[in-house]
Amino acid sequence: MLTVKMSVNGKPVSAELEDRTLLVQLLRENLRLTGTHIGCDTSQCGACVVHVNGVSVKSCTLLAVQADGAEVTTIEGLAKNGVLHPMQQAFMDNHGLQCGFCTPGMVMSALDIVKRNGSAVDEATVRKELEGNICRCTGYHNIVKSVQAGAKSMGG
Amino acid sequence: MAENGVGASVRRKEDNRFLIGKGNYTDDITIAGQTHAVFLRSPHAHATINSIDTIAASAAPGVVAIFTGDDLAADGIGPLICGVTVTSDDGQPHRAPVHPALAQGKVNYVGDHVAVVIAESLSQAKDAAELVEVDYGVLPAVTNTATAADEGQTQIHEVAPGNLCFNWPFGDKAAVEEVFTAAHKVSSLELINNRMVTNPMEPRAAIADYNAGTEEITLHLTTQNPHVHRLVLSAFNQLAPEHKLRVVGPDVGGGFGAKIFIYAEELVVGWACRKVNRPVKWTADRTEAFLSDAHGRDHVSTAEMAMDENGKFLALRVMTRANLGAYLSTFGTMVPSYLYAFLLAGQYSTPLIYSEVKAVFTNTAPVDASRGAGRPEATFLLERLVDVCAADMGLDPVEIRRRNFIPVEAFPYQTPVVQCYDSGDYHAALDKALVLANYGSFAARAEEAKSRGKRRGIGLSSYVEACGIAPSAAVGQLGGGVGLWESAQVRFNPTGNVQVFTGTHSHGQGHETTFAQLVTEQLGVPFGNIEVIHGDTAKTQFGMGTYGSRSLAVGGVAISKACEKLIAKGKKIAAHALEAAEGDIEFADGNFTVAGTDKAMSIEAVAFNAYVPHSYPEGLEPGFDENAFFDPLNFSFPAGTHICEVEVDPDTGEVEIIKYSAVDDFGKLINPMIVAGQVHGGIAHGVGQALLEGCRYDSEGQLITASYMDYAMPRADNLPSFDIDYAPTDPPDNPLGVKGCGEAGAIGAPPAVINAIVNALGVKHIDMPATPETVWRAAQSV
Repeated sequence: MLTVKMSVNGKPVSAELEDRTLLVQLLRENLRLTGTHIGCDTSQCGACVVHVNGVSVKSCTLLAVQADGAEVTTIEGLAKNGVLHPMQQAFMDNHGLQCGFCTPGMVMSALDIVKRNGSAVDEATVRKELEGNICRCTGYHNIVKSVQAGAKSMGG
Repeated sequence: MAENGVGASVRRKEDNRFLIGKGNYTDDITIAGQTHAVFLRSPHAHATINSIDTIAASAAPGVVAIFTGDDLAADGIGPLICGVTVTSDDGQPHRAPVHPALAQGKVNYVGDHVAVVIAESLSQAKDAAELVEVDYGVLPAVTNTATAADEGQTQIHEVAPGNLCFNWPFGDKAAVEEVFTAAHKVSSLELINNRMVTNPMEPRAAIADYNAGTEEITLHLTTQNPHVHRLVLSAFNQLAPEHKLRVVGPDVGGGFGAKIFIYAEELVVGWACRKVNRPVKWTADRTEAFLSDAHGRDHVSTAEMAMDENGKFLALRVMTRANLGAYLSTFGTMVPSYLYAFLLAGQYSTPLIYSEVKAVFTNTAPVDASRGAGRPEATFLLERLVDVCAADMGLDPVEIRRRNFIPVEAFPYQTPVVQCYDSGDYHAALDKALVLANYGSFAARAEEAKSRGKRRGIGLSSYVEACGIAPSAAVGQLGGGVGLWESAQVRFNPTGNVQVFTGTHSHGQGHETTFAQLVTEQLGVPFGNIEVIHGDTAKTQFGMGTYGSRSLAVGGVAISKACEKLIAKGKKIAAHALEAAEGDIEFADGNFTVAGTDKAMSIEAVAFNAYVPHSYPEGLEPGFDENAFFDPLNFSFPAGTHICEVEVDPDTGEVEIIKYSAVDDFGKLINPMIVAGQVHGGIAHGVGQALLEGCRYDSEGQLITASYMDYAMPRADNLPSFDIDYAPTDPPDNPLGVKGCGEAGAIGAPPAVINAIVNALGVKHIDMPATPETVWRAAQSV
């Protein structure tokens, strides 16, 4: 057992964990932040993407202890005072989600895509960069639209 | 049109909770005191179980209990069932091997359930499962669809000689043969329909809780049909009496068919929570999902078309071998029979059709419905064959379709394969699709591509499907064990807001929005004051669930009928309150009005009056809450033409989809934004089948595509944005004028993609998935 401490969505957290505990397990089971999902066991699907120190990370592939001392942001940390983040709003406005299971990971990846590619990111880049997030519902058509629209509104 | 009513692309009610991480999926649920279940699965495709030693595992830290098939049998827990009977050509019902939830003496596929280990934590359960020692006697495995029924193959089940589940001929064999003998031309094609793993993104899960005080089991499940689960688990598996079993399908992360069925894990977890008197939770990891979710497709077929000198189709003959896996899944028998052969007419007026389906057992996971279910198999076969016919006759694929389409004036059209299409205008959809796809200028684009060393191809698929499942009498005649009506309850609260209870289940389709639009349109209640409730047998009356693109076409009509009842009752209440004759009351835009006067009463005021009936019509029941059941008159027949344009790199075999155009007839659209989303997702599913997804077992029955590393799901960079449009007709058999839209893309897309690749390469056929290797080999062959 070991103790990990980190900041999750701006709040300090501390937990006693088995050494083998994954970050996603800490989030879902210990902190009950169940918006981060587990869709596969090979780091392929991206349903578990969160931000660790501002970088998108597949939380199923990181031991919790590796995030010791880090600042972690999950889907629950995006909306402020009941107002959706522009990227969340873009997904709603563009029907970028259906069953909702891949959605948190998609939104978290989208934010990282915008951070690295700017608010005018083109369709081909979005498609290429979403390679690590799988959706079975939407055919990606409206996810790509959502990411571009969200990028635009984030850029002001 | 009411604000946010029928025809408006209203933003979805369900989105907010999903976007802020407040969805409530089964694995998100934690019950105090819960234990965790891990299933020990067979590593062998076919083996006897000589012994199971659980002594060491039982002593492992945290273990609460370990159960095997004997424990289930001792408690009288029944085997899993298949709910649809198909009569084989010997007059006997299909062969139905016993399907125990936990193996009894024998395992029949890799992933088959051997034991369940229940422990305080998931990792403890996993660790203990490693300690269970099973002595297997490995047997030869049968995995090949084409040869499973051949002589000399190992027989898997005692009750199924030759591994044959059924041999099901349909149609007039002799008449078809006669036409073939005399025909001007016969075109033929051998093809496979590749096995797929359905892969909703949320893996299956179940959490069961037993209340010893009420003797009630509550089972939260990844289900598309909570009441069907409850019925089967109760009536056939003896889990608990129906009134003592509550099944909840909370938020469900996609289904596409895979979550219709009653699975071993669900039954075992439901049973075990009472045995250990603690909540028991199980969640599949993705590998388990690949191993044990019901798979889809997996046909090997020969198709032949007899034509006259004008390329007119005279008769179709189809021979299919369909793989049902190791056991029959809940609706496994129905998919390659009624959902397949009855769609073989397609959009064409082919007068004679004969088909013969041999359904076989193999040592692979059970096969059942997967988005489209039987209809993609029929459509792929037919639309590929039609292109071969065109090539053989020297006709353009468009021209041969036009010559054979059922003309618009022929509707309602009785096909030779049971279905009677109620509406369609196939020429209209084709014409629109050709414009959308710039079909006329394709040759120039192909030339340009050639100058770059690439090969362009364009392919069509003109599909029709039967959904809106289904008229109960027809289901009964075909051997189905259920009725396929749908239920609804529309309840006003005294304060005037509305709760709509539906027997369908939404797992991505947006029912909470679409159904609220129906109600706001019909009753005039503001959209924001309407809540749609589904997925809990303790909340909603019996309902049949969601599959076969039925929710709007069947469930939506039930809601509409409940609204009609409210309006009829409201007229009585308003007449009394407004001191007018009931016959003089009109209802529109949420108000009851005395005809020709300005005397009016809102429906909310009527509702209040019904709950506070101080001055009320004599003899009328209080309350403003109506339910309705709707049994459809016919299936629903969406149709359309999809056109795919690809560019093939002959040096690498890579296929790029340059443009994908779809024109569909879904009748009236309630929420065009949601419908478009369904089309996009369906097309992507179909493109996945055509280009990427191939589920493979090796000759020993090991699943060699059991992760997303090995099984290629469509990703964003495999797909283009889609160009879609509609060519609606008005289906007379549906009271709302709607057709289903959830499966169309998965049905229409595979042949459009493959026809395009075949066109690019100038070959006769290419099997799915058309991976770069397959395409490269084909490119080298010409």
